[in-house]
Amino acid sequence: MKAIVVGGGPAGLRAAMTLAQHGLEPVLLDEAARPGGQGYRSPAPGIALDIAALMGSQKAKYERLHRQFEAARDTIDYRERTSVWAIDGHTLFIERNGHTNVLTFDSLIVASGATDRIVPLPGWTVPGVFSLGGAQIALKDQGALIGRRVAFLGSSPLLALAAKQYQATGATVAGVFDTAPFYAKIRAVPHLLHAPHTALRGLSYLAQLRMSGVPLHFGIEPVRIEGCDRVETLVLRDRTGREMHIDCDAVALGYGLKPETQLAELAGASFAFDKSFRMWLPVIDADGRAGPDLYLAGDGAAIGGADAAEASGTLAALALLADTGHTVAQSQIDRLRASIKRLRRFQRGLATAFAWPHRDAGALPGETIVCRCENVSAGDIRAALGVGLIPPELNRVKAITRCGMGRCQGRMCGPALQEIVAAQSGAPVATVGRLRTQAPIKPIALSAAEMPR
Amino acid sequence: MSTTVETIIIGGGLVGVWTAYFLAKRGRSVIVLEKESVGAQSSGVNFGNLRLQGRYPDQYPLSLRSQDLWERLPELIGDACEYDRTGHLYCAFNEAEAEKLAHYAKVSRANGIAIEDLDRSDLDKRFPYMGGKVIAATFSERDAVANPRLATPATSRAAQALGATIIENCRVTGIEARNRGFELRVDDGRTFSCTHLVNSAGAWAADIAARFGETVPAFAAGPPQFVTEPVPYFIGPSIQTIDGSVIARQIPRGNVILAGYPRTASDPVANRAPVPPHKTLAGMTALARVIPALAHASVIRVWSGIEAYLPDMIPIIGPSHAIPGLFHAFGFCGHGYQIGPGVGLCLSEWICDGHTPTPLAAFCIARFKSEVAVSEKFKAEFDSGGQSR
Repeated sequence: MKAIVVGGGPAGLRAAMTLAQHGLEPVLLDEAARPGGQGYRSPAPGIALDIAALMGSQKAKYERLHRQFEAARDTIDYRERTSVWAIDGHTLFIERNGHTNVLTFDSLIVASGATDRIVPLPGWTVPGVFSLGGAQIALKDQGALIGRRVAFLGSSPLLALAAKQYQATGATVAGVFDTAPFYAKIRAVPHLLHAPHTALRGLSYLAQLRMSGVPLHFGIEPVRIEGCDRVETLVLRDRTGREMHIDCDAVALGYGLKPETQLAELAGASFAFDKSFRMWLPVIDADGRAGPDLYLAGDGAAIGGADAAEASGTLAALALLADTGHTVAQSQIDRLRASIKRLRRFQRGLATAFAWPHRDAGALPGETIVCRCENVSAGDIRAALGVGLIPPELNRVKAITRCGMGRCQGRMCGPALQEIVAAQSGAPVATVGRLRTQAPIKPIALSAAEMPR
Repeated sequence: MSTTVETIIIGGGLVGVWTAYFLAKRGRSVIVLEKESVGAQSSGVNFGNLRLQGRYPDQYPLSLRSQDLWERLPELIGDACEYDRTGHLYCAFNEAEAEKLAHYAKVSRANGIAIEDLDRSDLDKRFPYMGGKVIAATFSERDAVANPRLATPATSRAAQALGATIIENCRVTGIEARNRGFELRVDDGRTFSCTHLVNSAGAWAADIAARFGETVPAFAAGPPQFVTEPVPYFIGPSIQTIDGSVIARQIPRGNVILAGYPRTASDPVANRAPVPPHKTLAGMTALARVIPALAHASVIRVWSGIEAYLPDMIPIIGPSHAIPGLFHAFGFCGHGYQIGPGVGLCLSEWICDGHTPTPLAAFCIARFKSEVAVSEKFKAEFDSGGQSR
């Protein structure tokens, strides 16, 4: 019985530990150099960074996860810097240190995490603009800041968190600019009460930022980023229509997270459109089953945050164990199910409080670059639709414009492409399709090819 | 209420839309029924090669006629579709392959195509990026490339501007021969009748032919393909190794596209064209062998297609032998892109004039009434000699 877990964040670590506790010898594949994933990332050796201070109230959970994984490490075949670039049946095609190889499995748990959901704006390709996740990785992995005077723009509870972390590390926060109005947050309160501690934590970040004089704006409209070789100004419009010019040398953009579902798709998961998140999510049962011998956990299955990731990683492993004839405690399963359900409901609340501004995305000015890899503008996409693409379908628009065809394979531009196509054609967003995934999941150099034996 | 039209074309691939284009240009009424969107299958996902050298000998009159159309795209359809006269370099790794190259060159020259023979020192001078394992090559200057994702939709638009009707997302569910013509039903319940029926339904065409008793051993497959990230532009021509391990080209924006054999069976029912990852790895190794400077370029995407193949590796083009008014054009065996516009022109002549000046007897469907010799290419270019159904 060979079980492989893909992903070294909280979900993958918990899944591997649970399998090991039940006597399996799981293989854990981690694209990163060290366990922890994104949220619980540990800094590179030799970086003078007080990561515990940076984790704030999450410090205890961060330390417990790392400590417990270290203790279990002998029972887990942990392979760092290993990425899966293709899946064919029960074979994973992996790449490590510039060489390819294959691994076969009986059961697979994919805990591939999430990436930022981005709404482009004119000027977002100027150096100094980062995704919010990228800004956090620079800080947590290398102790580096994306700028000295950083503006945080988007619609995400992580804006305030990242701003606070940047401030604590010596950056000036030029402001936190939220595109969702404040009343959306009030409206979401019933959902947010599913995880009151997390909700309060978010509010306390905002309060602390305001106390320290950081400008906080809600319901703003992004206009453009100005600068030639480097970000100079972020231009916004406030609720009254007044233009604001924010002096800054870097911008972090974050509109919430979207699951990294490419591996799940290649492994055979099916997808359904989720109206509240306005995105396609893999179809899983309460325990994370996504198909024969396939389990999904963590933010890669459904955005739920770090606590849900840990719980769903454990739960997916228990489901795998139960399906393969191992004895597992039903009480533990019931408890985890309840906890995950509550945490994911909280995330639904967040999706209201920090709404994905789909109208802004759909109405982007024509000159806005949507696909950075292939340099495709919103106008190019609308022009392609204008020549009789009926019914409108994302993969056809991609074929004609190259939007989503480049290095990132639509990870960054996909959500905006979806909204532009839906808005321009007047078609319901659920009907315009979904960019199909093809191998390789991440670019792979020709020199890495070695015929697997 | 049934719609009556002179010609109905089943299948909006390159052949279907070019046939519609030429019929509409002559003022004839024509409807294309396409089950998905135009150019969605092998017309849209093929490698994009407009190769003249090394073709099946009997195909040259058609092939040259078609190249002339490709060269006049802006004049004909108002869009160049990224046509680029890059030339095509055919490469040999050993003496046996070099002999094969010499034979192809002889056939090409006999058909009026200018071929240059290049030895290793010529390659070093003109194409210095070619890996040392290539010992000889032939270069054909008139060969070209064009973007397959653009060509069929652009031709479809031009055909519509001339009066053709293109109906997408419309699957034919019933065909009956009646009153010296045909009646068709489609999935939304509409009915159509026509005098001439063109079966250019690609990997789905053999089922249509079979309805009229013309069974052919067609099967669906596609080559593994991939594209790299953009790298500085340095490769001029399309490059093909005679062993089929590499068919590569670089587009001006820098991406390098690769196709290679062996092909993989695809599934026209489930609409799936798998790319086995080990074939991607084989293609990566092969490309780095031919163009070593690409060793550090990264592959960013793979794909294949659903294309009809026949065991003699040549297409079916021409009138049905079962029923008057029906024309077949399918089974292009992976080399339909270059001849697509020419096939459309010939079919339009057949429909309007009763004959075409281009000799096409070799492509007659009736050849499958008797045992057809299995091509050497067929044996070499598939996983296990393919599988007929």
